[in-house]
Formats: sequence, C-alpha cells, structure tokens
Amino acid sequence: MNMGNIVKNGIVKENPVFIQFLGMCPVLAVTGTATNGLGMGLATTAVLLGSNTVIALMKSFIPSKIRIPSFIVVIATFVTMIGMVMNAYIPDLYNALGIFIPLIVVNCLILGRAETFASKNSTTASVVDGLSMGLGFTLALVVLGGVRELFGSGSIFGVELLGEAYPAMGIMVQPPGAFLALGLLTALFNVVILKRIK
Amino acid sequence: MSDRLIVSSSPHLREDTSIQKIMVDVAIALIPATIASVYFFKAPAAMILLISIISCLVTEIVVQKIRKMPVTIHDGSALVTGMLLALNLPATVPLWLPVVGSVFAIGIVKQLFGGVGQNFMNPALAARIMLTISYADRMTGWVEPGVDAVSTATPLTYVKDFTAVQEGAPSFVDLLIGNVGGSMGETSALLLIIGGIYLVYRGVISVRIPGVYILTVAIATLLYSGFDVQYMTFHLLSGSLMIGAIYMATDYASTPVTPRGRIYFALGCGILTATIRLFGGYAEGVGFSILLMNTMVPIIDRYTAPKVFGEVKKQNA
Repeated sequence: MNMGNIVKNGIVKENPVFIQFLGMCPVLAVTGTATNGLGMGLATTAVLLGSNTVIALMKSFIPSKIRIPSFIVVIATFVTMIGMVMNAYIPDLYNALGIFIPLIVVNCLILGRAETFASKNSTTASVVDGLSMGLGFTLALVVLGGVRELFGSGSIFGVELLGEAYPAMGIMVQPPGAFLALGLLTALFNVVILKRIK
Repeated sequence: MSDRLIVSSSPHLREDTSIQKIMVDVAIALIPATIASVYFFKAPAAMILLISIISCLVTEIVVQKIRKMPVTIHDGSALVTGMLLALNLPATVPLWLPVVGSVFAIGIVKQLFGGVGQNFMNPALAARIMLTISYADRMTGWVEPGVDAVSTATPLTYVKDFTAVQEGAPSFVDLLIGNVGGSMGETSALLLIIGGIYLVYRGVISVRIPGVYILTVAIATLLYSGFDVQYMTFHLLSGSLMIGAIYMATDYASTPVTPRGRIYFALGCGILTATIRLFGGYAEGVGFSILLMNTMVPIIDRYTAPKVFGEVKKQNA
C-alpha cells in the first residue's frame, strides 16, 4: 500500500475524530484546554504506535479466535508504560488527565486499528498507520481543546490571548461545550477540508 | 406546493392560520409585559429589547442566506424569540450579552436543526440557560425596579430553603404588577397572565399546558409547606414560572402533539420545577425543567399516540 495514502487517510480522509467518531470519551472529556488535548493525543499516539508495531510483528502467531484478548494485553502493556512515564516526567499533565490515561486501553481507535489494519498489513505500513492515525487524533484534540480554551478562558496553551476584558464563555469548558464545539468543528471540517480533497 | 397537499380523508376544514398569524398573536400577548419591563427598568430594558430583537432577525437572515434558503423573517418567529430572550434577561446585563444569546438561540438551537418548527428546544429558553451557565454572575445581577439600579435578590430567595415566606418579602400586589427584582419580563405575573388569557382566547395555545404546569407546582408547594396558602401563592407569582408556563412551555415545535401527551409534559415540567425549587441548588428551576421535558417529547409522543379506530390488539398466533 502507498505510504502517502496511509498518512492522508489517518490525518484527513479517515480522521479518527471528525470522520470515524472513535474514542469519543477522551475527545469530549479532556479537551477543556489545548494542553490537555495535546497530552492526551500524544499519549494515544504513543500507545497506538507501540501496539500497531507489536501486533503487526506477532500477527502470524496470534490465533484468530483469541485475537481480541491478545490485542488488549498488548495495548494494556503500552498504556501502563506510557502512564508510568507520564507520572514520572510530567506529573501535572498526568494528574490533569487522571483516569483517562488508564482508559486509553479501551479507546476503540487503538483496538480498531489493531483489528482492521495492523493484523492484516506489513509492519512498516502498520507503523506509518499508527503514527498518522495518532497524529490525526492529536490534531483533532488540539483543535478542539484550542477552540474550547479560547472561548472558555480566552487563552490557548495557557497563553492569554483575548485579554482581561474578554468575558469567558463558561459553557465552552464545561461538558455541553464539548458537544457543541465537536459538532460545529465536524461541520466545518466537512465543508472546508473534505470538499477540497474530493 | 407541499403545504397545500391534503393528507387526511374528507371532510376537510380549511383554516387560514399561518405561522405569521400565530407569531403576531404571541407578540401581541407579550406587549403588556414588555411595556411593564421598560416602565420598571427604564432605558436599559428598552436597549436590551431592541438589541435582542435586531440580533435575532439579523442572525436569522445571515444563517438562511448561508443555508441558501428563502429568508423567512417576515413570519415573526425570530421576532418572538428576540422578545422572549430579552424578557428573560436581567436589566443590568452588558449589551453584548443579548447578541450572544440571540446568535445561540437562532443560529444553533433553531437553524442548525432545520429552522422554524424543527427546533427540539425552545430557542429563547435554551439561550437563557446557556447564558446562565456561562455568565452566572451577570445573569443574576437583579436590580430593584427604578433608575437607581439598587441590586437585590429575586423574590424566590425569600422562600428558598424555607417552608414559609420570610420577613421582608415583597407583597403579593408587588409580585402581581411586577414591582420586584428579577428578569425584565418575568416580574409581572398579572400582565403575563393577561397575555396568556389573550392567547387562549385567540386559540393560539390551549389552557392545558400552563394550567397543569402551574397546578402541579401549586400542589407540590402546598404539600411541602404543610398547606400554607401564602407560601404557595408566593411560589406561583415569583420567578419565571408564569412566563415559562404560558409562553415557553407552549412552543409548538418543542412540545408533544397529542393532548394527553401535553398533560404529561406539563406535569413533568411542574414536578421538576418544584423539585429544583424546593430541594435543588438553584433558586429557580423553570428553565431547566422545560428544557429537560423538551428532550422527552419524542418519547411522550410515541407512548401517547392515539389508537387508530378499529385497531385490534395483536393476537398471539
């Protein structure tokens, strides 16, 4: 398979968030700020990269009847590792994301890529796929977190942009704002980007 | 052409009702309360009203242009939304706030779901709740009527967490004519009721929803206070119960279509309102309860659909 196509699929054409609507739990829950979105996105990317690689390498040894439990064991291993690394080096972000880090195990994006891609394609292709799907996910989370943070607290990545006079729109950093922003951004994504590549 | 298609069997009764006529009637019914709000809260109230109505109309035009649909601001639904939204705001809000509310009400709650008749929630009320969640302190900047803008609490504070009306509460006469703190249009119970009677007389709304709604709150507060009639009357006349029950819980698009369904809907609104007022964290629960019941409408409609004449229960073969 053409590597360029895999990258394009992961980031735009089959974007995990705006097109496939996968992993909605972290997408909606931790995107109150751009920083949290970036952290969650990168953590998911790292897990996805690891699990895709290992599963692609082991695909001929895994009996198809127990493939789902096997995938989960691989994914859980990487999630545990990422969680420990984050706890050691970026404890602030680790605390901010809280329960949603262990929950990466059940992110259906990761299991989905293992089942539909890594278990059927070469290792190189799976590595590229894991990276690009992860980047697509990260990109979406950062944009969503950025928009919510901008409207909800007047800043992006914690940098004040709109000044003191801006009346923060509280609803945007609360749960209803996540749904509103996701819906509007998906519509925008459809109009602006999908039309162009078609 | 589709609006001229007749889908039922004969005989056919033609009605010349239109969205425009209904909306004009609702606007007329709101005029007494609107005038009272300008009288009690002076110039700021008039400015907020004007800005709210204009920004609703502009949003409607802009969104319909973007959606490449015929512009239908002449049907008056955006005008009514603008009026209702302004009447739901305190007179002290900064002037950009009604603009944000209007864009949310018309742009997101109404037009994104398909325009007039397609909204699943009352746009003005959804905007009020959105603004309350976002700008809590600005949305509760109640003032005493008059030019001095002395800040005050809404009358509901005098019964919140009590089982009897507290000392210093406004008199029933003040509550009736609206000489109390609160959102611009919700203070005068009497004028809202007069508008409601006009709507019932014109056949725009039936007395079912407001009647059952208010009655449910009355019974609940009566039971809660141990049959204290004064306490119950105070609850009925204060807060946004009247404007909510008469003008917003009767929105055609976001209420059940069957008469029986409407009774359940109003009952649910009443129980939720009483629960939030008596046991919840907020002093007022009308907005939340109507919006919550709005989302229940499809279920209510499904279970209250009338039986087709001659229909027989399915037999187990």
